[in-house]
Amino acid sequence: MKEDPGYFDYWPYENRPKIEWPNGAKVAFWVAPNIEFYELNPPANPQRNPWPTPAPSLPGYTVRDWGNRVGHIRQMELLEKYGIRGSISLSTALCDHHPEIIELCKERNWEFFSHGIYNTRYTYGMSEDQERSMIRDSMETIYKHTGQKCAGYLAPALSHSDNTLDLFAEVGTELFGDEGGIYTCDLFHDDQPTPIHLRSKKRFVSIPYSLEMNDTIAYVVNKIEPRRYGQQIKENFDRLYAEGAESGTIMCIPTHNYQVSYPHRMKAFEEALDYITGHDDVWVTTGREIAEFFLDNYYDASVADISSKQRTA
Amino acid sequence: MTLDKSYFDYPHRSYGMDHDRYDWSMLSDRKQVQWPEGKKLALWVNVPLQFFPLNQKGEPFKVPGGMTMPYPDLRHFSLRQYGNRIGIYRFLKAFDQYGVKPTFAMNTRLAETNPYLLNSIVERGDEISCHGYHMDAIHWNGLGKDAENELIKKSVDSLRNLTGQDIKGWLSPAKNESDDTPDLLAANGIQYFSDWVNDDMPYQFRTSNGELTAMPLSTETEDYFVINGKQHSEDSWVEQVCDAADFLRKEADTQGGRILALNIHPWLLGQPHRIAKLEKALEYITAIDGIWSASAGDIRKSWIQQQA
Repeated sequence: MKEDPGYFDYWPYENRPKIEWPNGAKVAFWVAPNIEFYELNPPANPQRNPWPTPAPSLPGYTVRDWGNRVGHIRQMELLEKYGIRGSISLSTALCDHHPEIIELCKERNWEFFSHGIYNTRYTYGMSEDQERSMIRDSMETIYKHTGQKCAGYLAPALSHSDNTLDLFAEVGTELFGDEGGIYTCDLFHDDQPTPIHLRSKKRFVSIPYSLEMNDTIAYVVNKIEPRRYGQQIKENFDRLYAEGAESGTIMCIPTHNYQVSYPHRMKAFEEALDYITGHDDVWVTTGREIAEFFLDNYYDASVADISSKQRTA
Repeated sequence: MTLDKSYFDYPHRSYGMDHDRYDWSMLSDRKQVQWPEGKKLALWVNVPLQFFPLNQKGEPFKVPGGMTMPYPDLRHFSLRQYGNRIGIYRFLKAFDQYGVKPTFAMNTRLAETNPYLLNSIVERGDEISCHGYHMDAIHWNGLGKDAENELIKKSVDSLRNLTGQDIKGWLSPAKNESDDTPDLLAANGIQYFSDWVNDDMPYQFRTSNGELTAMPLSTETEDYFVINGKQHSEDSWVEQVCDAADFLRKEADTQGGRILALNIHPWLLGQPHRIAKLEKALEYITAIDGIWSASAGDIRKSWIQQQA
């Protein structure tokens, strides 16, 4: 085990090279719906129990099933109303279980990225080869069902190993060259994209996927009220929008169809989306588009700037 | 470090669910439902009438809302009984004031030991469903199928005898089940149950003894889940259920009849400082155009007639 994963160097939030998003936008805004499949009877993992009560553990299983049966359409139609294409963090087994959902998202030109195969299969305890195979399976599944060359990764249930980011980037290159495996959502250290150190030296970035704006964190961990969640989203946006005048920022709302789509929560979410998309200088985009734009335009300058700030006194 | 290779077997990775209890379907793809008299939003107010034994076994877990202190946990025992003595009578007044037709999910043990309360409910003529024997009688695989069948039979038969109603509905304590529970419920004459919170509308659920109807009793808007579990204010609970009512009412305009299910506990919302919040929510919801306050059984009956 390491003291620090070594993925990123310290990079202060001042005097960075200025980022200018397309059309002068101040904020790159993206919504990342997690579309997940949790198994009723998953195999045991040595380090993490999938469910808190003996099988069949209905409370957790059934709300997640609710998300796919009921919640997905509600969220999809709401995002569509505000001109937002989702960047889907996908349990890729869902391509087999619920192809109707995949088709609906394909029709809307949404992005699919890998969130593992099932959200009840954890990375913990996997050998490097096992994790590589799991990641490869997930990326091949996305390609087979959508034709998309998977660009991003969010480890299943946020379960990682020391190899996770390296493996994802390497498998992406093997499968799709420079188009595959270019960004991660697993790190929460910044409000702008940052270059990530990998053993392969591949050009690879972290795209902010805010844990604080995540509906599950808001509703389940922090237990906040729906209206307060809506208010937090607006306030998060206000500050990133203001700061984006100096250098472009990123705002992400990660969602789950079994949290944000409940009838008692939709109003607050809609008000927040209406507020954000009502501003002029917002680039409503996807994770892949942000990553590609940054790699094409700011990656090299950022690497040089970070390097210049590692000098000791 | 390595995991057994079976960790990478995915035996159910194919179309539909990873079990065979019901077919996979999205709500938006189903046939639209029309409620009686052109109503749009069915209001199902479900009131659990519960008995939490002082000598709780807590198998396989302590039931939420149950005893948490060393024996004898008088604080939780008596606070839950408060609901059956005081809170419920405040509820009944509120229901009558706003024309709400409730459904009572009753622990059979409570019906056995509280004839006055039982009579208060039976005399109203409202629907009663079985909420298991008592709150510490949790249904789980450790019981074994025969013992669980005895438990269900005792719970249902006794409640039928005491109420004179042909009990057709079921809500498991803590919404917990064994793998056999749905099969055993169907074998004991149950028609609908509310343990699976995976839909906003009823659907048919397969058992080895014919189909049950799964009735959608959302946990997420329960008073206990919101006010106790999430520690939201009572005002926020009112706001949330009213937002839910507005959302579902609007959805019903384009997608057919919807159901607002409120599961509310007399020991929680029946407190003096909370009852006005329930009244406020009911005042708002019952004033919505197209609301149909109905029992779970009547909602199921209307729904199932339209499934042919």
